[in-house]
Amino acid sequence: MTDSALETAANTEAKRKAKRSGILYSQKFAPYYFVFPFLVSFAVFFAYPVLSAINMSFQEVLPGQVKYIGLDNYKDLWNATFLKAILNSTKYTIYTIVILIPVPLVLAVFLHSKRMIAKNFFRSTLFIPALTSVVVAGTVFRLAFGELEGSLMNSFVMWLGFEKQRWLGNGALAMSTLVILAAWRWIGINLLYFMAGLQNIPKELYESAEIDGASTWNKFSRITIPLLRPITIYVFTISIYGGYSMFTESYMLWNGNRSPNDIGLTIVGYLYRNGLEQNNLGLGSAVGFALLLITFVITIGQLKLFGMFRKEE
Amino acid sequence: MDTTVKTKWTLNQVLLLALFTVFAVFSLFPIVTLTIASFKPAQELMRFGLNLKIDPDLFSLKNYTYLFSGESLYLTWYKNSIVITAIYTALCLFISSMIGYGLAVYKFPLRNLTFTLVLITMMVPLEIIMLPLYKLSISLQLIDSIWGVILPFIAAPLPIFFFRQYAGGLPKDFLDAARVDGCTEFGIFVRIMMPLMAPAFSSMAILQALFCWNNFLWPLIVLRTNEQLTIPIGLSTLLTPYGNNFDMLISGAVLAIVPILIVFLFFQKYFIEGMTAGGVKG
Repeated sequence: MTDSALETAANTEAKRKAKRSGILYSQKFAPYYFVFPFLVSFAVFFAYPVLSAINMSFQEVLPGQVKYIGLDNYKDLWNATFLKAILNSTKYTIYTIVILIPVPLVLAVFLHSKRMIAKNFFRSTLFIPALTSVVVAGTVFRLAFGELEGSLMNSFVMWLGFEKQRWLGNGALAMSTLVILAAWRWIGINLLYFMAGLQNIPKELYESAEIDGASTWNKFSRITIPLLRPITIYVFTISIYGGYSMFTESYMLWNGNRSPNDIGLTIVGYLYRNGLEQNNLGLGSAVGFALLLITFVITIGQLKLFGMFRKEE
Repeated sequence: MDTTVKTKWTLNQVLLLALFTVFAVFSLFPIVTLTIASFKPAQELMRFGLNLKIDPDLFSLKNYTYLFSGESLYLTWYKNSIVITAIYTALCLFISSMIGYGLAVYKFPLRNLTFTLVLITMMVPLEIIMLPLYKLSISLQLIDSIWGVILPFIAAPLPIFFFRQYAGGLPKDFLDAARVDGCTEFGIFVRIMMPLMAPAFSSMAILQALFCWNNFLWPLIVLRTNEQLTIPIGLSTLLTPYGNNFDMLISGAVLAIVPILIVFLFFQKYFIEGMTAGGVKG
């Protein structure tokens, strides 16, 4: 290369440098304006509300005046209605987990097997309920589980030879209605999660197990289940959160949260009733933290149980 | 020998097929019954309950024509839902992709802290901050406006997480080439990286639009006047302690599913990718 060519190259390089020196070109500043919207949104719509919820949970918030009342809101939570709400939410969470982990897992294994036909059709069909809003699903279920003789569930149980039931008027039946509704909406989603997990299991494992003469059950229990552990933990975790924060389902089944004897009242339902309907923001905030505490403790316990915190070998 | 093996598999297949057919029927049944009921007068429903009886004499489009007549607000709710879903999805995707990209591509001192904050917002349920957020919306005058529904959630943690994963997997060679050509850092994102992230945009667009279209609790709190409601909230107002307007509720519920069902049938792949995005990661 000649001297003049080098000089021109250096010149253009210098020009480019000059052009790129502005803040818009700086790789040092760029990340900050990329994440800036998040930091603003986090501060305004998350951090501030969380801090103000903590603050409010120690206050009696009345129109125009606010009084600190220490732990009184938390003490007030110790009442029969709230305990009932906790019990309902806990039962709902347990039942949904008992159904919505094993059933979709087994279905996913079947759907994943080579011999299954029309895989995509079934995968899509089972997913369709997940597309409906809880409002639509709740509408169907409150009608299908209506107390009239001719409504779907009653004609079904009468065909089986039982008496007609008041599905939404009795504690155990109301809970089953909620659980069936959850099963209907969530089987397809959890099925997708487990199928995605199955795709990540190397086929060679099964092939070598077959060479060693492993039975189908052995392959399922020794390969599939252990290797699906991460996805199972994930599904478990979202089910705990989803179960404990359930509200809309019960809101739809019983005309806006008004179930007889609170058989369908959940923790969030209690929060909604006290915080928004009765405008007791202090007590409502305390309910929020009780909910956070419950889900947090259970999630950590569950992760410990599954050995999430153990170092991977 | 061969034939026995063959029949055995066929039997398994038949059993599997039967099992899945049961689940498929369970999945579709409620939607089918709802659709049938939407063509019947509500008095019929009140008298005999929700059932599968198809009686051509009772069938009419009356429930649907009522929705489209000036007497009901259903079309207004529909329009509100479309507007809110469109604005929310566009803003959320643009902003979340920007944030996810920033977190994936640059190394900067606050990177880990910012990402931790994203994960924290993912783990705290909305219900906990609902009341303060409601108070805040009153002071910011967001109550009863579409912005009150949209703004608090446009920097959504799941899409940020997803875009961060996706952008992290893209080749970085383009970046330096574009810098040499004098492109701004933001220009690189908009002109080069956004097109490369198109599949991620499709998955997240569908997922966020579905979430927004069906969203209930927050819009229920923010939206007040009947003319401002979205479809789910509007439909839920038809159930009152003084009586339920099932004529409108059922046909309205059927029409609310139709657009999602159409999108689902055409873009299943993106639905599935978007849905499993949160769960399956390295």
